[in-house]
Formats: sequence, C-alpha cells, structure tokens
Amino acid sequence: MRNQQVKILLVVAALAALAIIVPNTNSFLILLATRVLAFAILVMSVDLLLGYTGLPSLGQAAYLAVGAYLTAILATKYQFGLGYDFWLVVVGGILLGAALAAVFGLLAIRATGVYFLMITLALGQCVWGLAYRWNSLTNGDNGINLRQRPQFGIDLANEVTFFYLVLGFFVVSLLLLYTLVRSPFGLSLAGIRERELRMRILGYNTWLHKYIAFIIAGAFGGLSGVLWAHTAGIVSPVNVELAFSVDALLMAVLGGSGTLVGGVIGAFIVFGLREYLSTLVPWWQYVLGGVYVLTILYLPTGLMGIPERIRQRRARTGNREEEKEIAPVTP
Amino acid sequence: MAITLLRPFGPLLLGGVVGFGLTAPSNAAEELRIGYVAPTTGIFAQVGKDMVDGFQMYLDDVKGDFGGAKVKFIVEDEQAKPDTAVTRAKKLILQDKVHMLVGGLLASSGYALAPVSTADKTVYVVPVSAADDLTQRDLSKFPYMVRTGWSSSQPSHPFGQWACEQGYKKIVAIGADYAFGYEVVGGFQRAFEACGGQIIQKIWPPLGAKDFGPYIPTIKAEADAIFSLMVGPMSLQFPKQLAASGNKKPVIGGGTSYDEFVLPSMGDEVIGHVSALQYSAALENPKNEAFVKKYRTKYGKVPSYYSETNYTTAQMIHEVIKANNGNFPGLEAFVKQLAAIKVDSIRGPVSIDEMRNPVQNIYIKKVEKKKMFGYDKDELWNTVIKTYANVNQFGQFNKDEFLKTPVYNRDYPPCKFCN
Amino acid sequence: MNTQFWLIQAFNGISYGALLFLVGSGLSLIFGVMRIVNLSHGSYFLLGGYVALSVIWTTGSWALALPVAALSIAAVGLLMERIFLRPLGFDPLRQVLLTVGFAFLFQQAALDIWTGNNFDINPPDVLTKSVVVGGLYLPLYRVFMIATALAIGVVLWVAMEKTRMGAAVRATVDDAQMARGVGIDTSRVSMLIFSLGAFLAALGGVIGGAFLGIYPGLDFEMLPLAFAVVIIGGMGSLGGAAIGALLVGLADNFGKALFPEISYFTLYAPMALILAVKPTGLFGRE
Repeated sequence: MRNQQVKILLVVAALAALAIIVPNTNSFLILLATRVLAFAILVMSVDLLLGYTGLPSLGQAAYLAVGAYLTAILATKYQFGLGYDFWLVVVGGILLGAALAAVFGLLAIRATGVYFLMITLALGQCVWGLAYRWNSLTNGDNGINLRQRPQFGIDLANEVTFFYLVLGFFVVSLLLLYTLVRSPFGLSLAGIRERELRMRILGYNTWLHKYIAFIIAGAFGGLSGVLWAHTAGIVSPVNVELAFSVDALLMAVLGGSGTLVGGVIGAFIVFGLREYLSTLVPWWQYVLGGVYVLTILYLPTGLMGIPERIRQRRARTGNREEEKEIAPVTP
Repeated sequence: MAITLLRPFGPLLLGGVVGFGLTAPSNAAEELRIGYVAPTTGIFAQVGKDMVDGFQMYLDDVKGDFGGAKVKFIVEDEQAKPDTAVTRAKKLILQDKVHMLVGGLLASSGYALAPVSTADKTVYVVPVSAADDLTQRDLSKFPYMVRTGWSSSQPSHPFGQWACEQGYKKIVAIGADYAFGYEVVGGFQRAFEACGGQIIQKIWPPLGAKDFGPYIPTIKAEADAIFSLMVGPMSLQFPKQLAASGNKKPVIGGGTSYDEFVLPSMGDEVIGHVSALQYSAALENPKNEAFVKKYRTKYGKVPSYYSETNYTTAQMIHEVIKANNGNFPGLEAFVKQLAAIKVDSIRGPVSIDEMRNPVQNIYIKKVEKKKMFGYDKDELWNTVIKTYANVNQFGQFNKDEFLKTPVYNRDYPPCKFCN
Repeated sequence: MNTQFWLIQAFNGISYGALLFLVGSGLSLIFGVMRIVNLSHGSYFLLGGYVALSVIWTTGSWALALPVAALSIAAVGLLMERIFLRPLGFDPLRQVLLTVGFAFLFQQAALDIWTGNNFDINPPDVLTKSVVVGGLYLPLYRVFMIATALAIGVVLWVAMEKTRMGAAVRATVDDAQMARGVGIDTSRVSMLIFSLGAFLAALGGVIGGAFLGIYPGLDFEMLPLAFAVVIIGGMGSLGGAAIGALLVGLADNFGKALFPEISYFTLYAPMALILAVKPTGLFGRE
C-alpha cells in the first residue's frame, strides 16, 4: 500500500503547511481559510454519501443550517454556548444534524440515483421554507447575528485561535471519516455503491447501511453548521438555499468524489475563485461555471483522479505494444 | 492545465499566490479609503450597480477630492448574502485598511455589517438598508454606525396621515411577507389608525410571489383603498393583475412599489397610484433636475432612490472631511460629526437625528404620464403632490412611547379591525 | 367565502397550472427519455423571456417574439445536448451536474447581455383586458395561458400517440435498451426531446414573462416548481405532467389563499412525501 502511504503523507504535509502558513498571512486570509475548512466538513459529508455510498444529495445544506441556527438561537436568545458550554453546543449540533437526517432518511433512502437527488432537494427546500417563515424562531430573512465568539480560557474572537480550533475540528472529522470509510462498514458502503443488488443477495441490509451513512453525514453537517455560525457570525436562510447544497456537491465532484480530501480541495478552489477572482474581475462566474463544466466533461474523477488517469494512460500505451501480438477476442 | 498543478498542494499554492499578490495599502496621509459593499453580481446586481453608480457619480463631480483628501473607492461584492458581506467587510477593514465602511443592500446585510463595525471599530455608513431597529432598539449595539438613507417605516408615518386627509376610512393592506414589508405596512397602520382610519385586512404574499391570483379575490369589498408594499418583480405584476381583476378602488403604496427602479417597466395601469418616499426623480428642484439629466445621460436610465441616497451619502462624507481640512478625524470624531451633519441635498434638506437616522422630507408622489425636464417623450413619473418636512424615524409619534412598543412585525400593530 | 371566491381561485389555479404545464412537460419528457434531471431548465425559461424582450424591443411585435424565442432556445438546447451531454454517455449524475454548471453560466450571461433590471413583457392590448362572466372578472391573459397550454398539450399528445416519432419516444421512455434493440435511434430521440423540452420551457418563459416578469433569479425560482410538476405528475408521462401541473397550480393557489402562513411548505412537503412513497412520481413509469 505504498500508494496509500504516499497519499497520507501528502495530506499530512498539506495540513501542516496550512497550519503554519495561514496564521502568518493577514486576517482576511485567515478568515477565508477558516470558512473553507468549516464548509469542507460539510463537503466531506457530501462525499461520504456521493463517493462512498453512491447517493447524490442536493439537500445537505439543511444539516449545516440546523447546526448553525441551533448555535445562533442558543447564543442570542439564551446566552448559551459562549463559554465552556460551547462544547455542549457542538454536541447539540451534531445530534440535531443526525436527528434530522434520521427523519429525512426514512423518506429518502428508499430512492436511488436521480430520484434520491430530487427528494433530497425537496427536503432541503422544506427546511429552507421553515427558516424563512418561522420568524419567531429564525428571524426570517433578517437572519440571526451572533454578537461574539465563545471564550473558555481561550478567546475565539482572535482569528488565529479560531482558525486553529476549526482546523482541529476539520482534522478530527477527516480522521473519523477516513477511519469510517476504511472500516468494514465503509467497505460495504462502497460495495453498495458498486453493486447494491449483489450486496443484498449476499445478505447485507443495504437499506440500513445507507440509512446509517445518511445519519452520519447529517451529524457532520450539523458540526460544520456550528462552526460556520461562529465563523461568519451570521446565520440566515441563505445558508439553506439550493445553491448552497449544489455548491457542496459540485465541490465534491470537482475535487474528486470518493476521496474525502478531494472535496476539500474542491472547496479551496471554489472559495478561492469566488473570493479572490471576484475582487479582480467581474466575470468570475464564467470561470467558475467553466471549471465545473470542464471538470465534469473531462475529469469525471475530479482533480484527485488525475494521477490515476495519468497512470492508466501510461499503462495503456505500454500495453498497446503487447496487444498487437494477441489474437482478437471474440465478442 | 494549470489546475493539474494545484492538486493536494492546492491550499499551499493558493496561499502562496495570494500572499504574493497582496500589497500593503499606501499610508498617504491625504488618502481617504472608503470601502463599499454592494451586490455587484447575482440577482441584485442591477441594484448594486445603481448604488455604486450613485456614489461614483458624486466622486466624479468633485473629481475624487474631498476637501483635499484623495478618495480611494474600493467596491466589494456581497452577492446579497450576509456572510459574504461580512467577509468582504473584513477584507476591506483588515486588508485594505479603509477609513470607513459604506453600503449593504438588504436588511440582513445591514444587520450583518453593523456588528462588524462594532467589533472592528470602523465607521459604518448605511445608505440603503432600511431595517427600523438598526437605529432604534438595536442602536446601542452599533456605536460607530450612522444611517444616511431611511428607515422602512419613516415614509409611512406621514403617509398614514395623508390617507386620513383624503377621507379614506377603511384600507386593506397587502405587503410582501418579510421584515421590510411588515415595517412599511406597520408604520402606515399605526399612523392611519391614529387619525381615525381602520386597517380592515392585512394580506401577506410571500416575498417574490408574482401570481397574485390567490390574494386579489380575497380583498374585502368594503375597503375604500388598497395599500400595497411591493418590491422588485412583485411591483411590476401586482398593479397589472389588480387592474385585470376589475379593481376600481384607489391604490396607494409604499415607496418601493413605484420607485424609479421599477417604474420604467410599468404600464398605464399605475397612473394615479400614490406612494411615499424620501425621493422622487420628478422632484422639481434644480439640483435634482441636474442630477437626473446627468445620470440618465451617463447610465442610460433615470436614477432610482438607490442612486440618489448614495450620491447624497457621498456628499455628507465629503462635508465632514472638508470640515476637517481633508483629514479623517478619527473614529469617534467622524461618527459624531457625521451624526451632526446637515446638507442641502438633491432630495431636499437632510439632517441626522440623535439616534443616527436621517431627518428629511417625505414626498407623497403620484404616478403621472407626462414630459419632464425637457425630455420629449411622455413617460411615467412620480409627481410630488405633497411634501411633509422634517420627518424623523418616529414621525408624529413620541419617541419613548414608540420604543416601548415592539418593532413592527407581522402581528404588530395588531389588526383590531380585521373582522 | 362565497362561490365567486372558489370559482375565481379555481380559475387562477388552473391558469397558473397552464403555465406550469409548459415548463414541466418539457422537463418530464427529458427525464423520461434521457433519465436526466435538467437543472438548467429554469434557465431556458428565463432565456426565452429575455430573447422575447429583445425581439419586442427591436421589432415591436409580441407575436413574433413567441416563435423566435422558443426556436432560438430550442437551438441552444440542441447544441447543449449534442456538444456537452452526448459525450457523457449514459451517466445521469454527471449529466445533472453538467446542467447545473450551465445554469450558472446562463445566469451570468443573461446578466451581462440584458442587465439585471426587472422587465415586463407587454402582450398586445387585447389580451390585457378582462372578460366578465357571471359577475366574475376573468383576465383574458389567463384565458390565453390556458388556451395555449391546451393547444400545446393536444399537439404533443397527437404527436406522441399518432406519429412514428412519437412512438419512438414512447418506446425509449419505456425501455431504452429495447428500443435500441428494435432499431430506434435513441440518440436522435434524445436530441429531439431535449430541444423540445427547451422549446417548451422558452415558450413558457415568453408567456410567463407577461405574468411573472423577467428578472435575474427567475430561473432558479421556476426550477423547483417545474420539479414539483414532474414529481407529482410522474417522470416521463405527458398526461402526468398535465395532471401534475393542474394539481400544483391549484394546490399552490388555494394553499396561499387559505393558509398563507405555510405557503413555502405547502409545495415541498407534499413533493417529498410523494417521492417517499412513490419515487417515480404519481404517474411515473419505471
């Protein structure tokens, strides 16, 4: 598994580089990096469903939203979560995300492929509708403003400190998900993605596997929501819009679904393009749209899939010499 | 492909590229850096453009010179998303080291940016976001914020009085179902009922609804008039559908129902409709006439209140800097001086009240089709039929009692006369 | 709430459903034949409206705008299918994502070409009047919408049931592999259906433009509604699309009139529930 070890080394190196370089740039970049990392947790959960279980979901923003709104409401209405109880809110966000996924999963898991896409879209829109209408709870379109970041020995108002916290959560999430996808459970998910019928014949309860994966994705979504709320300091129905879920899905595809890290790279690229390019040129949307289209057309396995494709191409040119010697195979 | 290079080193490379791309802002003592936040892309891009164009036009008029200070105008795109607005604002404050933050379109952006100004100790000037509580019940949270535009319910207070003067007794209100709608309608209701009128029904189509089929037939027949609060595309469709339903009642409405952003696309069905706002492009004073003509020549459209309020905001900032001989007087001093400013603007005399919201004329305007300012075509204009002077955000009501009541929302003021 | 109220609301609901049928039928057919969810369908709707505006501004003719807009957007759809979707082969997920990428591109292009101002399409004067029937004011434009949807529906039905091409389409919807097996050129069918879908959406945009306005964001507003039609009516079924459109139009209308509090909910909750019970929609074929 040398390949695997190399990959792990690269990821560790990148994370270390991130941890060292970012705090030495300016506050704006630190904030940007924080946002990307918080969102990347959501993208990884999308990848868990898409890349590992074969379920494309267009409604994952709903889980970020419940985590974010929980955090915001507790902070503003009940002054809760601004001290050591921040950790309780984290747990709460995770549980709430999981609970919502448990409910939605009952409705959604029966479907597959594009049907799954549609139903998760509809469910995501339901949550959006609630966030918009339930004014007494969510403040409607004005959104909820979290006035301050928590303080528990360390002051999270400090951008660098907060960055490290989010980075920490990100690394932990990455580790947990990595362990999950390499576990027997994770491997059976991959099996379901490839050949669900066969898995069922082999006696696996595929519905249950998918359901659990869905709940886990929801849990991570909730976590990312808690962090997201504190990063931007404001939660509004914009965070549950269809475009938000689409973003996450596209980032996972751009980076390479089924790789976990791919989604993170996708997130960095998209956020980078959006935040940076938009300050330079007004036509950045074309660039973004173009990047998506080109990736989907020519890089179906995403950016992370590039080394594999290069390897395949090399292997193919190598084999071509040998193929000429072999008799044609009858169809 | 360049993308190939990014791979797992993505974050690293991006950070590096970005790091090199940044330059520290110049520390010229005479440079005034103004950071502007508006939606320049996305579905509100045109509004954002109007906002920026209005501000820019003032800068062009004074050749970018504010009493000796050279203005550096930096515009950032908030995409009408509050979290993006926050990120942009941070960039402007932390990276570009702006002296002040200006802008924000929606109420949510205003509420997102105001805390940033407090936390990062930067001036925040609000030309558009009209959420009432920014300068009412939430004011103390934002010590460095000054609003130079309007508050949602500000025009509604005198308008309610005007409605009584017309002899209307019962009015049905139909408004977009969100905070801005609640505030405009709420202010009107308070004022109208205070002088003996009755709001007998409140209908709230969701924001963005264009098919008013479900709502129009429910309008109570015994109403004397209909008060509508529409924004954007809703403003275009509601009057058409209302007319097609056979409505004969007079129609009045909030300022955005007929403002110059949507008026050019409207048809004859809105002739005679009356609304209230602090600006109308048809204001007959020399400053406005010059402004309208110049704006129209340069940008190809009649200026909307988005353009005007930004022009006037730039003017106010200019006055403060001029009074300080081209120097930025520091955070607290600037806020204090801006909050004490009085200007003779395009829309008339504007000053700022003790809660940092403008005191200004409110114009009752009626849509008419005619030629104005020497243009040779008959067009729709908001002719001013009455002016209420010196209107502040509390209108004819006592400030302390006003603040004791809740902010206008869907259920406040309660609909006492709704059967 | 007297009978007048119910009648008018029913009429309004039906006319809204007529518009939804135009938008949803194309989406349903595209899904039925190609198994892809065209997330740029809303963009076709909006672009149709914008093109119509340009036609009206230059020629002053609304009547001309209808076919020009519909055909030009059909051409766009055709190009998109041939150049971008076809190479992906049968990979519904990637095709869906591709349509999303295009939706963003279209949105930006529309902003750049036509600016972000809110526009209105003005139909000929005669259609802006109302006809009074039994004390009820029926706006002629709504009548026009219903008539158009009926006409299109009939034409489509005849084409589907009575022509060879229609038979080929139906065969492909039922079982694409079998269809190929009996010699039907399914890639031609796909191309035809995709352009037809774009055509219908664009037509909907022109007709809807006078009713809803034309402005940035309309594309993503129409999309969930089109989905609701397809989901409730069933994917791939024309008759289902008609019924779905009618149901959505009526439900949305009555929902908003009677329960305004939960109006955002009344559309998506039933959608989710129907999908949960019958993933292919009420009349879907699978």
